Amino acid sequence: MQYLLLIYNDANKMKALAPADHEAMAKGYRAWIQSVTDRGSLRATGNWPAVITTVRVDEGKTMTTDGPFAEAREGVGGFCVIEANDLDEAIEIAAGIPSAAVGAVEVRPLLASAPGAVR
Amino acid sequence: MDEASAIERVFKEERGRILATLIRVLGDFDRAEDALAAALEAALRQWPRDGRPDNPRAWLLRAARNRAVDDQRRSSRESRRAQALYDASAPPLAVVAPEPEEDPAVADDRLRLVFTCCHPALPLEAQVALTLRTLGGLSTEEIARAFLVPSATMAQRLVRAKQKIRAAGIPYRVPEQSELPERLAAVTAVIYLVFNEGYAATSGDTLVRRELAAEAIRLGRLLCVLLPNQSRPRGLLALMLLQDARREARVGADGELVLLEDQDRARWDRDEIAEGLQLVDEALRAGPPDAYALQAAVAALHAQAASTRETDWAQIAALYVALHALAPSPVVRLNHAVAVAFAEGPAAGLLLLDGLAAEGSLDEYHLLHAARADLLRRLDRRADAAAAYRAALDRVGNEAERRFLERQLSTIEPHTNEPDRSS
Repeated sequence: MQYLLLIYNDANKMKALAPADHEAMAKGYRAWIQSVTDRGSLRATGNWPAVITTVRVDEGKTMTTDGPFAEAREGVGGFCVIEANDLDEAIEIAAGIPSAAVGAVEVRPLLASAPGAVR
Repeated sequence: MDEASAIERVFKEERGRILATLIRVLGDFDRAEDALAAALEAALRQWPRDGRPDNPRAWLLRAARNRAVDDQRRSSRESRRAQALYDASAPPLAVVAPEPEEDPAVADDRLRLVFTCCHPALPLEAQVALTLRTLGGLSTEEIARAFLVPSATMAQRLVRAKQKIRAAGIPYRVPEQSELPERLAAVTAVIYLVFNEGYAATSGDTLVRRELAAEAIRLGRLLCVLLPNQSRPRGLLALMLLQDARREARVGADGELVLLEDQDRARWDRDEIAEGLQLVDEALRAGPPDAYALQAAVAALHAQAASTRETDWAQIAALYVALHALAPSPVVRLNHAVAVAFAEGPAAGLLLLDGLAAEGSLDEYHLLHAARADLLRRLDRRADAAAAYRAALDRVGNEAERRFLERQLSTIEPHTNEPDRSS
């Protein structure tokens, strides 16, 4: 099964981190990417700056607004698509993401029939 | 007993095991339940005609499995395309299933089922409902009545849980050794919650509640059989048995709650006590005791005492100290203070309770005020006791407990002239 991991960072907790903590986190991310790549679980990953545009279509008219669709203190800071046998394995992988300690990671199963499923 | 009800009884006994195996073989809760219902129908039709099979479980399992395979063939012929789009995330059906009754893994199927039903990714209320529905074999209506929610709500809760198991890929297996303690804690928590729902609550359908406590004990027994090397299920089962043994004595003829010290101990269930004591012993021998074993040890000391006076309160107080070290909680400190009051006298207990009251964390808990009131009454500080009873009455929610507190208050208030409740 494939799972989308949405990575949230708590902005307040991130601000409180010392430079050394940021370095440790970056190092943690490199180690995590390496480990999931080695076990053959990683399908895709990405992160982004917090400049978000939301698009809605209302009666054929495209509306754009600045900012995320859902307001949240913890914004989505990145994502991964992983391959895992079951939810337990997906949870184990998600728990290794450094941001899980300063925010949260959402685990969402992807439908195998979804057109965008990464193979 | 007629043949139909005899079949129903066999079915009730074997249901959990057969369902657990079917879920593994079919990879789907709903298909397994449908197939099992079809197998029961077939049994009701064929057994009275052809005689009961030598191995009813194997018969039911084979009938259910054949039915599921037929259904699957039909549905894949009729709607292969629609099925593929709609149900793509469902795990594929195991095409060649092993002969289930000879499979050594069968013994573990109910264990797989209990860990899946109590998976932490499911909401707790869904874990409870699913465990009772699949392993316990309670109907959706019975579970709804026990938890005082409409049947439709409970049905929806079960549907969502099963959807999540399928769509999120919650595995159907016994957790690995490294995860086992944490996952087992979730399972025992669900079972104890079911027990308390059946034992402690005084609202709702009495018969269904009795069924819940019995069901929790049955599940606890099952867990002890399935995990013979774990001490946690033993402590849990001991605790449930030793509490359940007091069931008949803790409610009076008029439905009033009867305090431990006033209970007729001749009405305690000696068989449950004997079994509980044996289990406590095993759980305590197995290593450092967990919270269930410690609470069971307290219950065991009560169960062995002929009266409140002859109870080993010093030992109980020590057990509460150990419990507090393991799982610190103001409620444990409250229980400790009460034990100290019995062991060393009301003044010593009151000192601890006053310290606890000063911290304020239990201010909304009626039992803190009720316990203080009781000690103040024994110290003959009537005005203070009356004030504490009133504080308890302001906070109590349960009707039986309210009536009890009102009776206690009336015994110490000089202007009332009610007869002593011991008469």
